[in-house]
Amino acid sequence: MTATTRGPLVIRHRRPSPRRRRSVTLTVLTSIMLIYTLLPLAWLAINASKTQEGLLNSFGLWFDDDFALFSNIATAFSYDGGIFTRWLLNTLLYVVAGAGGATLLATIGGYGLAKFDFPGKTAVFAVVIGAVAVPGTALAVPTFLMFSSLGLTNTPWAVIIPSLVSPFGLYLMWTFAVDAVPREILESARMDGAREFQIFFRISLPLLAPGIVTVLLFTVVATWNNYFLPLIMLKDPGWYPLTLGLSAWNAQATTAGGEAIFNLVITGSLLTIVPLIVAFLLLQRYWQSGLAAGSVKE
Amino acid sequence: MTITRRRALLAGAALSVSLIATACGSPGDGGQGAAPAQSTSATDQEAALNAGGTITVWAWEPTLKQVVTGFQAKYPKVKVNLVNAGTGDDQYTALQNAIKAGSGVPDVAQIEYYALPQFALSKSVTDLTPFGADKLEGTFTPGPWNSVRSGTGIYGLPMDSGPMALFYNKDVFDKHDIKVPETWEEYIEAARKLHKADPKAYITSDTGDAGFTTSMIWQAGGKPYQVDGTKVAIDFADEGTRKFTAAWQQLISEKLLAPINGWSDEWYKGLGDGTIATLVIGAWMPANFESGVKAASGKWRVAPMPQWESGGKATSENGGSSLAVPEASANKALAYAFMKYAGVDEGVQTRLDAGAFPATTAHLNAAEFKDKKFPYFGDQQVNQVLAEAAAQVVPGWSYLPYQVYANSVFNDSVGKAYISSTTLDDGLKAWQDASVKYGQEQGFSVQ
Repeated sequence: MTATTRGPLVIRHRRPSPRRRRSVTLTVLTSIMLIYTLLPLAWLAINASKTQEGLLNSFGLWFDDDFALFSNIATAFSYDGGIFTRWLLNTLLYVVAGAGGATLLATIGGYGLAKFDFPGKTAVFAVVIGAVAVPGTALAVPTFLMFSSLGLTNTPWAVIIPSLVSPFGLYLMWTFAVDAVPREILESARMDGAREFQIFFRISLPLLAPGIVTVLLFTVVATWNNYFLPLIMLKDPGWYPLTLGLSAWNAQATTAGGEAIFNLVITGSLLTIVPLIVAFLLLQRYWQSGLAAGSVKE
Repeated sequence: MTITRRRALLAGAALSVSLIATACGSPGDGGQGAAPAQSTSATDQEAALNAGGTITVWAWEPTLKQVVTGFQAKYPKVKVNLVNAGTGDDQYTALQNAIKAGSGVPDVAQIEYYALPQFALSKSVTDLTPFGADKLEGTFTPGPWNSVRSGTGIYGLPMDSGPMALFYNKDVFDKHDIKVPETWEEYIEAARKLHKADPKAYITSDTGDAGFTTSMIWQAGGKPYQVDGTKVAIDFADEGTRKFTAAWQQLISEKLLAPINGWSDEWYKGLGDGTIATLVIGAWMPANFESGVKAASGKWRVAPMPQWESGGKATSENGGSSLAVPEASANKALAYAFMKYAGVDEGVQTRLDAGAFPATTAHLNAAEFKDKKFPYFGDQQVNQVLAEAAAQVVPGWSYLPYQVYANSVFNDSVGKAYISSTTLDDGLKAWQDASVKYGQEQGFSVQ
C-alpha cells in the first residue's frame, strides 16, 4: 500500500517480476501433483461415458466407441424406481441440516469462546482440542448404541444430530474470531448500548464471514462424504445418502442373481462429486482467505 | 478401483461392530429368547393372512421384489416392507446391532446358510418347528435342508441352493484343444496346458475365498468342523482337507490361478474375455452370467464338478440363502406365512422365472425346469447338470456357529498362501488357530 506514495518506478526495480520468480522444480512438482489429482477424476469422467460392457472391454483411460454418458445419467436417475434422486435429496437434507447447523453452532461457540471470559474456559479449550484428535469413526459405535436406546436409529436424526458437532470448526471459528473481531469495536458498541445478540448479528457476523464460509465448506464436504455413520445408523435405503446408495449398487454385483451395474456406480459417483466441485469453485476465494486466517499473529 | 478399496476398509470397520455385537449378544442374552412358543398351526397362519398386517423383510436377493408383489396381490390385507439392509456381512452386522439394541428388528431376514448357525445358536432366530416347518422334510434337497437345521430345531426355510458345478468357457477350451476335466487331476493338467498355450489365460481365478475353500473341502469329504451345541472341534488336517490342499497347492505354486478377486470388475472382465476359463461355483451362477458377463454370451457351458475319484458324482453346496424369523419379531405367524409363500409355494416359481435356482425337489425335477434351454449357454439345458448336482451333495457337513467371523479373518491366514511362501496347509492351520481362539473367547468349548 505504501507503493503509491513512493512512486511506481521504484517498485518496479525492487520487486522481481512474477515471471522471474518461477521455479522449475516447483513447476515440475506442482504439475506432478496436478496430474496425480486429476487422473482419478479423468478416469471417472471417461468411464462414466461407457456402457456396462464397454467398461469391461475397453482401455480404462480412453473413451469407448459408443458414448453412453447421457443414457447412463438417465438410467442412474430412473434405475430401481428413481431411488438415486431420493438419495440425492437425502444427502442435501443431511448437508443443509447437518453442515448448516454445525456451522451455526461453531460460529456462535467460537465467537463466544474468543470474546468472552468465563470460568472453565481453559477446560473447554482442552476438551475441544482433544475432540479434534478423536476420529469420528471411533465414536460411531458408541454413538449408535446411544441413539438406539433413544430410538433414533434408522431416522434422519441419527445422521443429522452427530453431524452438528464439529470440534474442528469450533476451533477454527475461535481462532478466527480472536483477530477478525477487534475488541475495540465490541466495546464501543457496548458503550452505545447495543445488546450482545445485536452486536453478534449486526457487527460480528459480517466480520466473521470468511471464517464461516471456510467452516461451512469443511462441514459440507465432511457431511457430503459421510459414509460410516449413516452405514451404522441407517437400514432403510429410503434414508440412504448417496455414499451408501452407491455402495449398495456396487454390492449388487457380488450376490447371486444380482445385476452388475458398475456403469451406474461410476456415473452415480461422477454425479455425486459435481455439486462439491461447483461449491468449491464458487466459494474458493473465501476458502483461501479462510485458510490463511489466524496464521499471522499481530 | 477406489470403490473396491473402500469396501475392503469398510468390511474391516463393520467387522469391529459385529464383534462388539456378538460379544454382548451371545448366549444367555435371554429376555426375547425365552418367549413362549406361540401356537401357530396352519389355520393360525391362514387367520393371520386374512387379518392382515405389516411385516418387514430384510433381504438383498433381487427376485424377492416380484415375490412380494405376488404375495400382496394374493393377500391384499398384508403389507410387506422389503428392505435391502445390505448384502451379506453388512446385513448381518445391521441385524446383530438391531437385535442387540432391541429395536428395529425385521420380521424376516435373509441369512446365508453359512451364517445361519451363528444366529440359531444364540437363539436370535426362531425355531420354526411349532409353525409346521418339520412337516417340510422332503420338500427341500438335502444340502439346504441340513443347513437350516441345528440340533432338533429348524431355524430357517431354504430359499435357494448352490450345488456346485463346473462352468467353463468352451471357446477357450476348443481353441487350445483341451478336454473338459472330469477329475481334479485332469483339471490341474488342463490348467497347465491352458496357461502354457496362452500365458494370459488361467484355468480359474482365486485369491483366497473362504466360501469356495470350505465348499471344496466339503466335496473332498473333509469335515473340519464338528459342532455339538456349544462344543466345537476344528481340524483342518483330515483326509478330505488334505486331498484338496494337495491339489490346489499345485495350482498356487505353479502360478496357474489368475490373481483376480472374485466379484470385482476385473473378475467380470476376465469371465468375459477368456482370461478366466472356468468357475467352480454354485448353481445360482447362470443368472449372474446372463446379466454381468454379456460379452461372452454363447461361449460358456456347464459340466459336473470335477471329481476326486474317476466316475464319482460328489458335489457340495456353495452359497445359498435361507429366510429366518428373528426372535424379536412381533408377527411371527405372518412372517412364517410369507417365508412359506416365498420358499415353498407360488413364490418359488416367481423366483425361478427371474433366474433363481430352487432348493425344492419338486421344482428341481419339473420337466419344464430341467428342459429349459439357455441361449446364453449355447442352448444347453444346464439345469439337467445342476439338478443332478443338487442330489449328490456330500452329507455330514457343518459350519461353525461363528462362521461369519471365521470367514472374515480367512484372508489374514489362508490368504497368505496365495501371495507368499506359506503353504495352504500352514495357512489353514493358522486359520484353525484363529478360529479356536475366537471360539474360546466367545465361551465355546473348542478343541
